[in-house]
Amino acid sequence: MKLDLRKLKLRKVNETLQSIDQKRNNKSYTILNPEGNHAICAGLTDDIDVTVKGHVGYYCGGMNQNANITVEGNVGTGVAENMMSGKIHVKGNASQSAGATAHGGFLVIDGDASSRCGISMKGIDIVVKGSVGHMSAFMAQSGNLVVCGDAGEALGDSLYETDIYIKGRVKSLGADCIEKKMDNKHLKKLDKLLKKAKLDKLKSKDFKRYGSARKLYNFKIDNVSNY
Amino acid sequence: MCGIVGIYLKSKKFEKDLGKMLSGMLINMESRGPDSAGFAIYKKEKKEEFKYSICINNLAFEKFKKGITGKIKFTTILKNSDHVILSSKEKPKKVLDILNEFKGVSLVGYGKSIEIFKQIGNPKDVVKKFNLENFSGTHGIGHTRMATESAITTDGSHPYSTGSDECLVHNGSLSNHNNLRRNLTKKGINFKSENDTEVAAGYISNHLSSKKNLKETLMSGLGDLDGFYTFITGTRKGFAIVRDEIACKPAVVAETKDYVAIASEFQAMAHLPSVNMAKIFEPEPGVVYSWGN
Repeated sequence: MKLDLRKLKLRKVNETLQSIDQKRNNKSYTILNPEGNHAICAGLTDDIDVTVKGHVGYYCGGMNQNANITVEGNVGTGVAENMMSGKIHVKGNASQSAGATAHGGFLVIDGDASSRCGISMKGIDIVVKGSVGHMSAFMAQSGNLVVCGDAGEALGDSLYETDIYIKGRVKSLGADCIEKKMDNKHLKKLDKLLKKAKLDKLKSKDFKRYGSARKLYNFKIDNVSNY
Repeated sequence: MCGIVGIYLKSKKFEKDLGKMLSGMLINMESRGPDSAGFAIYKKEKKEEFKYSICINNLAFEKFKKGITGKIKFTTILKNSDHVILSSKEKPKKVLDILNEFKGVSLVGYGKSIEIFKQIGNPKDVVKKFNLENFSGTHGIGHTRMATESAITTDGSHPYSTGSDECLVHNGSLSNHNNLRRNLTKKGINFKSENDTEVAAGYISNHLSSKKNLKETLMSGLGDLDGFYTFITGTRKGFAIVRDEIACKPAVVAETKDYVAIASEFQAMAHLPSVNMAKIFEPEPGVVYSWGN
């Protein structure tokens, strides 16, 4: 089913995608002429496929649950912000705060993501095929951030328990973020994520792992059984 | 908030459409700035002639014309809503002194090529009021304002111009503008408002007058201007964008073989010709991007 944003109001398009009758409707949708509009595909809850043909504005696919969204263009600030589950695939570049505060699901960005990618992420897996800007994974709490290119300044500042994997150069590490040993467990996890992003040709051993030194926050891993 | 837009033509193909392209961009940025709007257009220049863009507010055009007749020798005087474009071959200093003393009007900019129009009101209305769609030119810059640190007035609207053929639009806020204003005032730069952006415009004029080029000027601005900003600035033959190093204020650039368009959000440029084929990128923090000189 085709939804043309030149003919339909954004609210109507989102309402249509938010109220799917699984028994009657088909599961595949295409959005035409997004023209940089904000909040396209925000708040979807059903297991449907949506393809957006063009560039979108802010908060695309925000709060997503279950839906599989593909953007054939660039995305503005906060793509997949607060995503719970499902998948968002951006074929172009992403602006700042991609995957911000997201609890789950899978975000793949074919191009670059700018500053604060994965800020305060809480369980999402993010794979960026290009590079990320400054302060990426700032205060990131859980989940995985994989970057096949370089990372900007202050990577992982004030980091909690997110694992960061970078293939390229890291301009600088933020407070309490350190390089960590890549053991078998991590190699396997990274292989799985690369495969999921259709990056089978990349080798997990070419990446470096970064994580929290756990000196900045009160959580002590030694006491984990007491919490 | 605030919305900023700019377009720089690399070929002659769209010169006649410049106003149309820029007006669409301004209207699409209404959501970022509904309080006032303004734009600067660079047109082909006439040798030895300077153009003065003047907001005459509520003063009747005939009264203004009568008021300057005999004082300033002008070649043309054109009314566009509550703005007047005055062309003269006289030395700018003399004309500026007379205009600055003229009560009830304010000079919004001058130069050989630039024309500036700005007024309070919704961007849609401001664009219509000045018939921006009919303008042609080589490059243009625009702004939609959501007022924060100073009042909604014509003087508080962008673009700001503090030197010949210079103009600046700004999304953000500066925190050290009072200190900078004091220092620049000592160096002879005049300010009309309490607005932070006017100080940044004065800073740029001061550096350009000491023979620095636009790129060098903005590079030194990165060290001296403290605050949040995305700036688009224009000179007679140049056009540039810079974002502060924190880069909280957005910007997107679309470049084709015919033009460079800059806006706060992509939706401002979604209507531009073959924009979907353009090279689209987000300017990196603390990097000056410039075209022309």
